[in-house]
Amino acid sequence: MTHAPVMRPPAQRELGAGVYNEKLGIWVFLGSEVMFFTALIGAYIILRFATPGAFAEPGKLLNVPVTAVNTFLLICSSVTMVKAFAAANMGNLKQMKLFLLATTVIGAAFVGVQVYEYTHLIHAGFLPSGIREGSELAELALAGELGLGRPDPAIAGIYGSTFYTMTGFHGFHVTCGVVCLAYATTKAFRGKYTQTDHRGIEVIGLYWHFVDLVWIILFTIVYLI
Amino acid sequence: MTDVQQPGAAEEHHLEHPNYWVVWAALAALTMVELGVAFLPWSRRVVVLLLIGLAVWKALLVALYFMHLRFEKNRMRIFALAPLPLTVIIVIAVLTEFVW
Repeated sequence: MTHAPVMRPPAQRELGAGVYNEKLGIWVFLGSEVMFFTALIGAYIILRFATPGAFAEPGKLLNVPVTAVNTFLLICSSVTMVKAFAAANMGNLKQMKLFLLATTVIGAAFVGVQVYEYTHLIHAGFLPSGIREGSELAELALAGELGLGRPDPAIAGIYGSTFYTMTGFHGFHVTCGVVCLAYATTKAFRGKYTQTDHRGIEVIGLYWHFVDLVWIILFTIVYLI
Repeated sequence: MTDVQQPGAAEEHHLEHPNYWVVWAALAALTMVELGVAFLPWSRRVVVLLLIGLAVWKALLVALYFMHLRFEKNRMRIFALAPLPLTVIIVIAVLTEFVW
């Protein structure tokens, strides 16, 4: 006669990863996001090496000063985010609300500056499909002012498509972050977070810092290199 | 019945909080340095290496202090760093495309 193995409850030390579920979940999500952005950056590197003449020299086409201001905004929003978490952690709920509100506003300002940058670039003739013929940028490109190689229709769209894909996906992430931050801020003002339970703030904070970290890499490789 | 306790927010209460304004100032200063380095009339290769080094430095500051990886348990650090070898593999793989 055979006996079926008896199921036993798992030992206490085997339970979870020692963190609450939402935090574990956001780290799993961020792991997948690392792979997503690595794929985009990997594609950018391979295209940049393969077609050096398709990419303008730093500061010639893209507006580095405006983007530097945007980088500074994101850094500021990261510090206000972490200060909101620290304030919640220490029971200073009034400060937590103010820092959360500041993070939401600064995050929205980042998106606003990116919209301004896109509008300006598209107006000047820099499209995802390449530089528009007859535009202000096309004339500069022909005069050799942008540091682009000889015009080649086969690679004309590479610069625009990689630029708008990478910065666009990042901007989409920031926009999602701002929406989540607005939700968290509303919740905070309704008194839903306490010193003993403010998991939502830590989770959105981890996402927000990750978005900041990705921008640090993108700013360097897209705008400065 | 066994009392199975779900890990909750209370466990994080004793998290260390460094001076975040110092980290913010360092990030702002490094961004200024990046802007200066990007337009130096040096060899492009040197400038690119410096810029990548500065970007990695800034990214580490964000991950270690703002994302608290410096103060997390080892298991969380391992969990967070797990995808990084894969990113290194993909970047090396695409770069070596031009070697062979």
